[in-house]
Amino acid sequence: MTSVPTPLRAERAIARPRREVSIYEQQKRWGWIFLSPWLIGFFIFTFVPIVASLIFSFTDFYLTRPNEIKFVGLNNWIKLFNDPLAINALRVTFGFAILSLPVAIALPVLLASLLNSKYLIGKPFFRLLFYLPYMVPAISGIFIWQAFLNGQTGWLNRLLRLMGVVEPPNWLGHEFWIAPAMVLMGVWGVGNAMLITLATLQGVPQELYDAAKVDGADAVTAFFKVTLPMISPVIFYNLILSVIGLLQFFVVPYVLTRGTGNPNGAAYFFNMHLYRTAFLFQDMGYGATMAWFIFLIAIGLTVILFTTSRRWVYYAGGE
Amino acid sequence: MATLSQPHPSVALSPYFVKQLRKFTATSLVVLFTSLIAFVYLLPFGNMMTVALRDQESLAGGPDSPILPMKQMFYDYNDGQRTQRLEVFEVPIDGEVRQLAALTKRRTSVVFIDPNNPDAEPIAWEGNWRALKPAYEFYARWENFPEAWQMINFPLLFRNTFVIAFVGMIGTLLSSISVAYAFARFPIPGKNWLFIVLIGTIILPGQVTLIPTYAFFSSIGWTGTWLPLIVPHFFANAYNVFLLRQFFLTLPRELDEAAMIDGAGPFRILTHIIIPQSWAAIITVGLFHFVWAWNDYFGPLIYLLGQPELQPISVGVQLFNFRYAPRPELVQATSLMAMLLPIFLFILAQRFFMRGVVITGVEK
Repeated sequence: MTSVPTPLRAERAIARPRREVSIYEQQKRWGWIFLSPWLIGFFIFTFVPIVASLIFSFTDFYLTRPNEIKFVGLNNWIKLFNDPLAINALRVTFGFAILSLPVAIALPVLLASLLNSKYLIGKPFFRLLFYLPYMVPAISGIFIWQAFLNGQTGWLNRLLRLMGVVEPPNWLGHEFWIAPAMVLMGVWGVGNAMLITLATLQGVPQELYDAAKVDGADAVTAFFKVTLPMISPVIFYNLILSVIGLLQFFVVPYVLTRGTGNPNGAAYFFNMHLYRTAFLFQDMGYGATMAWFIFLIAIGLTVILFTTSRRWVYYAGGE
Repeated sequence: MATLSQPHPSVALSPYFVKQLRKFTATSLVVLFTSLIAFVYLLPFGNMMTVALRDQESLAGGPDSPILPMKQMFYDYNDGQRTQRLEVFEVPIDGEVRQLAALTKRRTSVVFIDPNNPDAEPIAWEGNWRALKPAYEFYARWENFPEAWQMINFPLLFRNTFVIAFVGMIGTLLSSISVAYAFARFPIPGKNWLFIVLIGTIILPGQVTLIPTYAFFSSIGWTGTWLPLIVPHFFANAYNVFLLRQFFLTLPRELDEAAMIDGAGPFRILTHIIIPQSWAAIITVGLFHFVWAWNDYFGPLIYLLGQPELQPISVGVQLFNFRYAPRPELVQATSLMAMLLPIFLFILAQRFFMRGVVITGVEK
């Protein structure tokens, strides 16, 4: 083997990098080809519509007369800040968010902690059970809860009467109670968050609990000083997704109130106003303005959450 | 995780016994508490079943109406010549309440027959029959389900939903596998940034793309067809790509490289090396999409407005239930019918679902 002529060896040394570069180029090209479905889709169904929405918001675009679009400057934006329905809808949306976020954040942690407890028997059964309602189609869930929350015959009020509540609330018929009623319905939607939290809980190293015990921490202290910091990334993730979901809240109030948002506009969410404006009245320009307004709020909230997260979200990997 | 009070210390008890006792107490409390939550969680399902099975005529409904589906009791009394249908009442006689069928009803007196002993002497009772409570018996009206099935034309809704969900599932599988493969295996410049953009679309509020997308589909004449509900899924989606990419990254590269040396192209490697090892992830993505499309309401609501022959179960059930709101038993029956398939799929494949949720949620 040592008798291989030197020129050949040199030739190989030169040829090799060229061949590797060409494979690299080839691989790159294949990469773009395999990536193309998403690139094209992102361009057509995400990027262009976001830009178009912004442009629409400065026009009087009606779907019924698409050929007579005029630029109207900031009219739609001015209208938005003077539209009592929009302002009320924003208040309803945020009020509901404040009411329902604690449940959406705490309930998954509670359920996951129970499912992770070494004292619980029948874990797979309970896990299945708590996750199951998440699989129920929204439409079915809404009608099921509508019956359950019925002021007269619903099981919830029957139960409350049994427990001695003389006049249980008319959940769906009273402007004060409709938001709490929808928060209750939300407990059927925590399945995903619960599973993710559970998986994270199972990943908290036992040594941390042992160390806390040695340091004299009781169970409550250990929960707040060990468990919560360790699962804070997942809480943060649930928080972000819940906030974005709440800004888009539509199907439950729409179906529950038959599109009216009543009683007394207490369930008239921002997205319902957008839906009515854009699809019932075909006022796409103003609808796009509302959409972009929500988009800006979402960006703002996301930035705020990410900024504050540095203070309370603990990333074990450093990062 | 023991948030439990300690049992009373007792000098007479051995440490082993105390430990066992404490464990038993903790277990009982945790199981009890969890069962209580589970019970509350499931109550709405119970409510649904009892309403779905009730008999339309019998119950007006009210705070005191029976919880279980009931029907007013009648008794067919044959006095030797003809058969009469008699109402049965709860009659207080001699300090006990008996269920008796009223033969003649007057304001001051009623003559009753005992349905358990019809040949005995009729029983005379003094008082106004209107003051008596009618007797009810348990009666589950299973016919509500076939009736609702017929009225809502369930086979048509089922077919529509199935086609939308299934074709979309094929689309999302083809595109997401391809994109995930690109992210997992190929040296694309700026790949990390592209991946962040992809993940960023998860927290994009849907409204902001809604109106131009609708206008676009409307301008090419696709509104009022299934296409807007199916075609976008042929362009991949962040959750699915993420899940598949995570899975592909765990597969050893050595097999790819061996195949490449044997002359296999990237496409062949995908179909012969990657996909055969990834069935678990692929099934998960397929199931996720299928159930998501089955349950989707907003898309069909705006794109299939006024097209009842094309609508899927979600919109069909909603429209039906708005129209038949005074018949809650049909509303509940159709709600149950709409959720059977997703629940069935989930129970059948819960491992896939749960692992998929954990992958997309935890590893981000």
